[in-house]
Amino acid sequence: MSLSTRAQHSAVEAPPGMPSRLDGELLEVSMGPQHPSTHGVFRMNVALEGEVVRRLKPVFGYLHRNHEKIGENTSYLGSMPYTDRLDYICSMSNNWGYALSVEKLAGIEVPERAEYLRVILAELTRLVNHASLLGFLLSDMGAWGTPLMYAFRERENILDLFESLSGSRMMCDYMRFGGCRCDLPPGWMERARKVVDGFPHFLDEFEQLITGNEILIARTQEVGKLSAELAISAGITGPGLRASGVNYDLRKVDGYGFYPRFKFRVPLGEHGDCYDRLMMRVLELRETLGILRQAMDDLPAGPIMNPKVKIRAFKPPVGEAYGRIEAPKGELGFYLISDGSGNPYRYRVRPPSLINLTVLEDMCLGHTVADVMVILGSIDIVMGEVDR
Amino acid sequence: MMIGAGILKGMAVTGRNFIGSYFEKDRLTTVQYPEERDVLPENSRNFPFLVYDTNDPEAGLRCVACKICEKECPPQCIYIEKSADKKPDYMGKPQFYPATFDIDISVCMSCQICVEVCPFEAIKMDKVYELSRRERFDALLMRRTDLAKSNSYYHSIHPLEAEQVDATLAAAAAKKKPAPTPAPPASG
Repeated sequence: MSLSTRAQHSAVEAPPGMPSRLDGELLEVSMGPQHPSTHGVFRMNVALEGEVVRRLKPVFGYLHRNHEKIGENTSYLGSMPYTDRLDYICSMSNNWGYALSVEKLAGIEVPERAEYLRVILAELTRLVNHASLLGFLLSDMGAWGTPLMYAFRERENILDLFESLSGSRMMCDYMRFGGCRCDLPPGWMERARKVVDGFPHFLDEFEQLITGNEILIARTQEVGKLSAELAISAGITGPGLRASGVNYDLRKVDGYGFYPRFKFRVPLGEHGDCYDRLMMRVLELRETLGILRQAMDDLPAGPIMNPKVKIRAFKPPVGEAYGRIEAPKGELGFYLISDGSGNPYRYRVRPPSLINLTVLEDMCLGHTVADVMVILGSIDIVMGEVDR
Repeated sequence: MMIGAGILKGMAVTGRNFIGSYFEKDRLTTVQYPEERDVLPENSRNFPFLVYDTNDPEAGLRCVACKICEKECPPQCIYIEKSADKKPDYMGKPQFYPATFDIDISVCMSCQICVEVCPFEAIKMDKVYELSRRERFDALLMRRTDLAKSNSYYHSIHPLEAEQVDATLAAAAAKKKPAPTPAPPASG
């Protein structure tokens, strides 16, 4: 602001009866829904005192598209492609979560090879998700482009694998009740191994790029702290919970799929701040690579689909089931009630993004506006899943 | 440690990537799209089409208008009207045929469920992706004539899968009617 405009500005007289300064008044700012850092159409009504956040009200629902109601009006199989569109970065693990709950509901066995493939694909999805999250988060902090491009370069290799297997890069729609849709195309495993072997190079490079960076440290350490108590009582799951030091990973707790067969560690944070949440993803990526190598070595031959499962007119028995998996963002659960007909009586999604978002205000209070973006980015949300 | 060392280290990584991309061709992952095109993998899919045998897209259509895909389609983008009369299909057997078969590809979400539920191997996934149109309504509604594509086209886009399908169809045909065929009857 130049001197002359400043002089003009102060010359404006406050109307009679009004205080000349906004002492103690909060400034309401609506961030979003079309803000580039809100990861979709998400709005935050922020009340600011100077630059410090005093109140924050998340507003969402802009992307609501009746996912659950559509699920209740379409066949069990028909919901499978819709689950791709929940968290559109991780369609493979969404497929698994839904398939798992329908298999629980109908008591379907899954062949061994299919279970191994599910582990491989879900862990590849975790690579995609965490790599893109690292890129997005750095983008939110102002490192425009570079880290995101490096992350997307790796992501693209994995999406190519998904495409040659399932036919689509993002909307895979690959898993079915009682197995997977099709077997690996020739040469897939060699390509997948190459991607997995090349990934540590990306991780080393990425860590060099960011971990010692003073700007990153200044902007993430001690920012957006989440205590273990609050995280547990708010139902936070996934890397956000583990960054607060709570050892809770459904792959260990539930042991669904064949996860008990693999050796891996669950990385834990200490401070629960944005830096821990960021580094949690890097550590998880390394563990994920370990799981992938084990699963690729052990992959047995055999059928990929349970032959007893009908594709047309699939009707599970009356009952209810809740299937949950450790999606890259947290606990992804599908709750189904069947009345014996061809479509579920109730279809409910427990989305990790939405529930992890509930503590946003607690994490943001007392920090500046610029930190809100970093905190929101470190939670890792996808609006397709929040709004459903 | 000196303040700024971390930033410089990061800059070195950026520099290595920037210069490396000039020397290592496999680092370049982008394709200059309209001039160069990536080869799509065999399993790639986007919108469904109807397969016909022989050279006649009318009579050779495998679809018998059973309406299973219409019922199972999650976004309900298929509309079929069954014919009143029966016409001999490509194997000479009288069958119903679709008098109308429309797919609204502005609604279709490329999920492949119609392909999976079809008992007659009549509907398959296409790979064409340059489908932009000038109009919103009629141009994106694919009629039966737009959808019908020959079996040899199917072979050209999904070679491995199409061979399997041909084998299962031939096995089914041999099993069903060994007597009326002029060739020596297959045993079993």
